[in-house]
Amino acid sequence: MKVRIKFRKYGPVRFIGHLDVMRYFQKAVRRAGIDVVYTAGYSPHQIMTFAAPLGVGLASEGEYMDIQVNSLPEAEEGLTSCGTMVKRLNDVGVRGLDAVSARILPENAGNAMASVTAASYTVRFREGRRPKGWDDAAADRLIESFLAQAEIPVEKQTKNGVRTVDLRPGIYELSWRLDGFFLLADASSGGNIKPVLLLEALLSHGGMTLEENALFVTRQDVYTRAASGNGTETFVSLGEIGFEEPVTQAEQERKP
Amino acid sequence: MCEKLALSEDILMQIEKPERYIGCEYNSVVKDPAKVRVRFAMCFPDVYEIGMSHLGIQILYHMLNDMPDVWCERVYSPWVDLDAIMRQQKIPLFALESQDPVKSFDFLGITVQYEMCYTNILQILDLSGIPLNAAQRGDDCPIVIGGGPCTYNPEPLADFFDLFYIGEGETQYRNLLDLYLECKDRGLDRREFLLRAAAEIPGMYAPAFYEASYREDGTLKSFVPTEERVPRKVRKEIVDHMSEAPYPVKPVVPFIKVTQDRVVLEIQRGCIRGCRFCQAGQIYRPVRERDVKTLQGYARELLKNTGQEEISLSSLSSSDYSGLQELVNFLMEECAGSHTNISLPSLRIDAFSLDVMSKIQDVKKSSLTFAPEAGSQRLRDVINKGLTEEVILNGARLAFEGGWTRVKLYFMLGLPTETLEDIQGIAQLCNKIAALFYETVPKEKRVNGRVQIVASTSFFVPKPFTPFQWAKQCTKEEFLEKAYQTRTAIGSQLNQKSIKYNWHEADASVMEGILARGDRRLCEVIRRVYEKGSVFDAWGEYYDNARWLETMKECGLSPDFYTRERPLDELLPWDFIDCGVSKDFLRREWEKAKREETSENCRVKCQGCGAAGFGCGICAVART
Ligand code: SF4
Ligand code: SF4
Repeated sequence: MKVRIKFRKYGPVRFIGHLDVMRYFQKAVRRAGIDVVYTAGYSPHQIMTFAAPLGVGLASEGEYMDIQVNSLPEAEEGLTSCGTMVKRLNDVGVRGLDAVSARILPENAGNAMASVTAASYTVRFREGRRPKGWDDAAADRLIESFLAQAEIPVEKQTKNGVRTVDLRPGIYELSWRLDGFFLLADASSGGNIKPVLLLEALLSHGGMTLEENALFVTRQDVYTRAASGNGTETFVSLGEIGFEEPVTQAEQERKP
Repeated sequence: MCEKLALSEDILMQIEKPERYIGCEYNSVVKDPAKVRVRFAMCFPDVYEIGMSHLGIQILYHMLNDMPDVWCERVYSPWVDLDAIMRQQKIPLFALESQDPVKSFDFLGITVQYEMCYTNILQILDLSGIPLNAAQRGDDCPIVIGGGPCTYNPEPLADFFDLFYIGEGETQYRNLLDLYLECKDRGLDRREFLLRAAAEIPGMYAPAFYEASYREDGTLKSFVPTEERVPRKVRKEIVDHMSEAPYPVKPVVPFIKVTQDRVVLEIQRGCIRGCRFCQAGQIYRPVRERDVKTLQGYARELLKNTGQEEISLSSLSSSDYSGLQELVNFLMEECAGSHTNISLPSLRIDAFSLDVMSKIQDVKKSSLTFAPEAGSQRLRDVINKGLTEEVILNGARLAFEGGWTRVKLYFMLGLPTETLEDIQGIAQLCNKIAALFYETVPKEKRVNGRVQIVASTSFFVPKPFTPFQWAKQCTKEEFLEKAYQTRTAIGSQLNQKSIKYNWHEADASVMEGILARGDRRLCEVIRRVYEKGSVFDAWGEYYDNARWLETMKECGLSPDFYTRERPLDELLPWDFIDCGVSKDFLRREWEKAKREETSENCRVKCQGCGAAGFGCGICAVART
């Protein structure tokens, strides 16, 4: 059975690269005594996949990994099996890579990596790094005019040199909220938009430039596309897919 | 806990592997600074991935942190990218756990594992803002204390350390810290503490209280204490009951892949074998085993506490451990269901080890390792390497029958008494092994078509406290000539296509030898070389040999003086250290070597080396 675990990433461990986060969880899963499934062969590894890799230095409130398990842990008092898994991971974890929830995935759920279509972010300017000429009150107008463009071409560094891409179709939402931006953008493997790249384009549209490391980016959540009732498609958080198995009868009776 | 960072976002985003500097690893220890009395920074002066792989540091880290009034943290060398930034922006070096500046600590402990890290020691002091010379340190500086194998000749580092701890760290740290606290409470100064430590605590050597004088020819004339209370000889400290000694069953689990990316089970300390070039074989005497049952418990706990996917045995010569079969069988059973790999380094190739290896690794991909060290039986007798050609060929035959096709062989060039014939012996031995493969394995069964033999040579470096401590070391030109002869000899073998040959850099080996057998006058060289920009000398790409040579010249010192053969009656810079093994024994072994006579190992027959004086380990058990 497949279980999806949601976790956060914050504090100094933001500087741990994606591959090392994977290595971290491989060990944490073993320490937590989770009955994870291994591949066969001479160098068996855990069946574990991660949704959209997070850049070094970024924080996140919604990261996901899917693991295949043979069995769920026996539920501890007052917790579901999924809740027990979360608790155990946190008991043997480091601060800043906290498990938030676990859910059992339906058999037909796509894997965490492949199903990602979008991600949401909050973006703030770091202390003392507001661009020259920036005005909170004018933010809405700037964003409006920025999004009104038919095309937003930017230069993107790729393996095969510099390429021009159009950001506009991948921006699903961009707004200014009190002290920072909210962004919902394409995070699929083919069209991933980096928040910094987008904000640079926005500022340059307003005639401003961004200093290096001027932004503090927190990924809020990661989404997949799902059919909604009326035949259109909507974004659904990866954390909403699947279910936490119901608390057993006995446990319910124990509750006041 | 895991909140503070000494480095800014800008720096962390700009350097390679920022994970080296953030701490926060699982099992790292964080304490409330207000509730401890001693802050200890434990340093391995090399990059994080190397330093984190060292068991000794983990042992002391956990031992010290088990003391409620002590907080021990880790420090490693900032890599060259961060080093440059720290200098430019004047950022003081910090310890990983608290991210607090090292200079604010009570102690800075530095383990000295190889000679080529000496400039890194100065880097650590310098970046911490601690004066390089101990004599210039005030009460605002931590006590800088060194330990590890190189401190069996601490003289080339004498200026830079307040104290050296000679021997195994487990025994005297509590006493040292208690003395420190007492001196602090009574308001005594640094010098008074150091003097009392040197005078009262076994194993402590405070270089400031000793004076060296030299003859006109540069040799040491005298080496004496300048203070009445300190001992003329410093005797190494050792753990006498290994099974009762502390063991780090909750080792720190790094985020990044480090060199030793696994849990480590130290099964014994010391070695019974006495190969005459080997320093470890002498300074860790006598061999002391840990109890199998205790080790089984450690293995379980280590795996559970770390989640690591591999466990490795650690010792100088695992095959000599008396409980090996029992332990290995236990590990195989324990690991079978849990997807845990076992790694067994330093095993002798025989029926037992081949059987075990065939069960735990992919035979097709793994290789066999032999370390004959010398190419001919004559020279193997000189160095007392009890590995005969027959044993090697038998092991290889068994292995080929079992499906192995890769063999690695390690040799040394430049050993005392070596001749061209011995060097040719290397090539012949490789050739015989290759021929044996084609003889043993029928054509249709040859998995990869042919056998792959990799012969590697390193250059012999005479080390203190070995029977070869008096021997002459080759020059760079001699070394390279020998490597060339080896290559030519291999090239003329029938099976040369199956043999690959690698050799080490000669430059660094010569300098390693100079530092290993050096005296106090080299402190000046090390300091100047460092000030000219040398650091990470152990990393080939950063080693600047010309700079070292030029600096030696500036200081009026010649490499030849340090690499020459030393007469038996010469006072050696490390003679004031008593490592348990007597000079008399080493001399006997040196003479036997020249007569091509071997000595039995400790298990077969005691050679009366002197280590029995410790009253423990193999010296204290009856021989069968
Ligand atoms: S077997 Fe020889 S080389 Fe190896 S540790 Fe023992 S004495 Fe040293
Ligand atoms: S005293 Fe004898 S048994 Fe003990 S270490 Fe020395 S040679 Fe070996």
